Amino acid sequence: MAAGVATWLPFARAAAVGWLPLAKKTMPKPPVDNSSRSDEILYLNVSGVRFQTWKNTLDRYPDTLLGSSEKEFFFNEDTEEYFFDRDHEMFRHILNFYRTGKLHYPRHECIQAFDEELAFYGIVPEIIGDCCMEEYRDRKKENQERLAEDTEANESMDAPLPPDSTPRERLWRAFENPHTSTMALVFYYVTGFFIAVSVIANVVETVPCRPPEGRVKDLPCGEKYQLAFFCMDTACVLIFTFEYLMRLFAAPSRCKFMRSVMSVIDVVAIMPYYIGLVMPENEDVSGAFVTLRVFRVFRIFKFSRHSQGLRILGYTLKSCASELGFLLFSLTMAIIIFATVMFYAEKGTKGSTFTSIPASFWYTIVTMTTLGYGDMVPNTIAGKIFGSICSLSGVLVIALPVPVIVSNFSRIYHQNQRADKRRAQQKVRLARIRMAKKGTTNAFLQYKEDRGLGGRDSDSTALCVKNRSAFEHQHHHLLHCLEKTTNHEFTDEMTYSELCMTESVGFRTSRSTSLSSQQGAQNNPTGCCPRRARRRAAMRLANSTASVSRGSVQELDTLHIKTTSIPPQTRSSLNAQADNLKLNCGEQDFTAAIISIPTPPANTPDESLPPSPAPIPGILRNTRATAFTHETVKISSL
Amino acid sequence: MSAPSSLFFLSILPSLHHFSLLLHFFTFPPFCLSIHPFLSVSLPPTDSSDSDLELSTVRHQPEGLDQLQAQTKFTRKELQSLYRGFKNECPSGLVDEETFKSIYSQFFPQGDATTYAHFLFNAFDMDRNGSIRFEDFVIGLSVLLRGSVTEKLNWAFNLYDINKDGYITKEEMLAIMKSIYDMMGRYTYPCVRDEAPSEHVDKFFQKMDRNRDGVVTIEEFIETCQKDENIMNSMQLFENVI
Repeated sequence: MAAGVATWLPFARAAAVGWLPLAKKTMPKPPVDNSSRSDEILYLNVSGVRFQTWKNTLDRYPDTLLGSSEKEFFFNEDTEEYFFDRDHEMFRHILNFYRTGKLHYPRHECIQAFDEELAFYGIVPEIIGDCCMEEYRDRKKENQERLAEDTEANESMDAPLPPDSTPRERLWRAFENPHTSTMALVFYYVTGFFIAVSVIANVVETVPCRPPEGRVKDLPCGEKYQLAFFCMDTACVLIFTFEYLMRLFAAPSRCKFMRSVMSVIDVVAIMPYYIGLVMPENEDVSGAFVTLRVFRVFRIFKFSRHSQGLRILGYTLKSCASELGFLLFSLTMAIIIFATVMFYAEKGTKGSTFTSIPASFWYTIVTMTTLGYGDMVPNTIAGKIFGSICSLSGVLVIALPVPVIVSNFSRIYHQNQRADKRRAQQKVRLARIRMAKKGTTNAFLQYKEDRGLGGRDSDSTALCVKNRSAFEHQHHHLLHCLEKTTNHEFTDEMTYSELCMTESVGFRTSRSTSLSSQQGAQNNPTGCCPRRARRRAAMRLANSTASVSRGSVQELDTLHIKTTSIPPQTRSSLNAQADNLKLNCGEQDFTAAIISIPTPPANTPDESLPPSPAPIPGILRNTRATAFTHETVKISSL
Repeated sequence: MSAPSSLFFLSILPSLHHFSLLLHFFTFPPFCLSIHPFLSVSLPPTDSSDSDLELSTVRHQPEGLDQLQAQTKFTRKELQSLYRGFKNECPSGLVDEETFKSIYSQFFPQGDATTYAHFLFNAFDMDRNGSIRFEDFVIGLSVLLRGSVTEKLNWAFNLYDINKDGYITKEEMLAIMKSIYDMMGRYTYPCVRDEAPSEHVDKFFQKMDRNRDGVVTIEEFIETCQKDENIMNSMQLFENVI
């Protein structure tokens, strides 16, 4: 029911007196209303801006925050007002909704901010009035598209290759995103070059060259230098065939790949050559063969892999299919009509070029598109009149769908630009986020160092402690509690990736890690081989990350390099700079680190680890990592 | 070729849009009844030129608060609260029959309340000018909520007496009864039979029509109701609605 109707309820109830004399049964008792009947003014303080309204106004919508008892949570007894720590400008619109019953969307506000405010106040966006609903919907859809593009871009293109990918996957990636590896880039340019060469050869071989001795008439170059052109053609086709087969091999879904447009173009580009090879040198058949050579020109479409603009154009045409269809249909109608009219108008004249209606089609098309070759010209007056009407209407019919197509193209083009721009910005943003995270990590490590070395150097400790805020204290304490709970410690990215990097591939262990790694680690006391032990642990971590991510469940999988009770002297033996170990708030001289929760990589097949340094996402590096093991170095993946 | 022509067509399109908007604006009827604006005391709208001024903003100002306080039994605060609600719903200050019907129908979603709303509207619209002003609204409410039993019964009689001739005939009562049963809608238990309204009317007349002359006068009505305990008790029901 509309909210305004609530105002009329007392009236409707009062009017029920009219039923009383007619009632067959006794009336039920009315509900007892204990709340105060008199209306009062409520004070709403939103970030310092005071709003006042009648209580009744807010009561109109009892299922929202302001209309229900939920607002009591925000009541400030000292000032006797309801205090909301939100945006007062948007609150204006919310309050107007209570007053007028219509929610308006302020166009200058960000759609997400507005949505959040609505969610906070418990108002459903569907209530937005018709005046603003369209704008709201458009903006919302735009925003969602943008978010979808973002996540899509994140997942697809620049996600670093998972370490366990097969050669086939890597090959496919190289084909799809040539800028990821130099080999792919080289291949990309080579194929581009050969496409160009092939197309140019096709063009040049029809140019007339000087005839050889003994002939009079000009010969096309293709026939003069037949062998050379044949060799060039063979080379290009070989490259194209090789590329096609490689793509076919690397494609994750071969059926889908074979059905895609680009692969069809590839096939059509190379087929004529093979058919030509196979076909015998027969006079009748070679006529058909020559026709086939026309398909060689399709090689130029292979450039669309190399050019973004071409792809956009193709996509635009596809998305404007309906407009194009309409254009075609209306043109066809007009052509038929005008051709018929012109034919019958020009029928009588002698020597008329309008020999039949299909012959008049040519005239109509040339006139409607305002080409006007002049090879067919009406001679009668009626013919001229209709001819002029034809050309005028041609302008109209063609001009109508063109703006639609143009605007579609512009929209898609700008979308693409935006996607590229955003990808570039994303990189910068991610880098900045990593820096920030690193700062947090280092602070935590510092905290642990303080705690670990206890009252060693109380002065510096005190200094460091002062520099941290209460929030940081509590946060670090929390992380420390977690460590104690799981009996593992955080380490840093550098240590971890070193472990990954240098660990031999053949060293495979079972997925369940802790026990075996512990044993394994104990066999190698950290005293002599700290790095190797850590590597093994990291390797297991990589495995466990793989297992974690495959299941996409973040289990607590832990590695444990036990270096029980490293006496200080061991430490100093490991680290030549142990004496220099000062508690310097700005630097870290130990290799403890934090592994933040790794975002599980999409496909991590259960195969051998890559030998190359694959950075596990989200693991941060400690810039000053030295070969120092701080008590027990435990690596945990969360 | 087509670029200038396309630009030409594009430039025409916006103005066409505006033109169509204007047409709509002129033909759309205002929701609450609109009259020529006048200054202080309410005057009945009689001008024929009013229809030409449909577009201008019109208001009806009610009588002063003191006068209304004198005419009704509401306190000042109650009147203020009532007026605020009324004015919020109908900024122009008047309720026409269509609005009234639509509002009243919203309380009875299952059935068809328009006929009964029509009768109610006539009961409230005391000067029969086709619209309820705030004074009518508030005076009617005052009778229903704060009036004496006799006044309430009077009001009810006025409601039933459709042509306001002082007699309730069987036809009038039947119309009222049908409209009430219409409000129930189809989905009732037990099902509303077609004879139910007329049976109800017969019972009513049996009770009320003392001299069996086929009509019920105001005296018969009030007398009978005062003798009926149920009716008298139920008259107190809606007193604390406001």
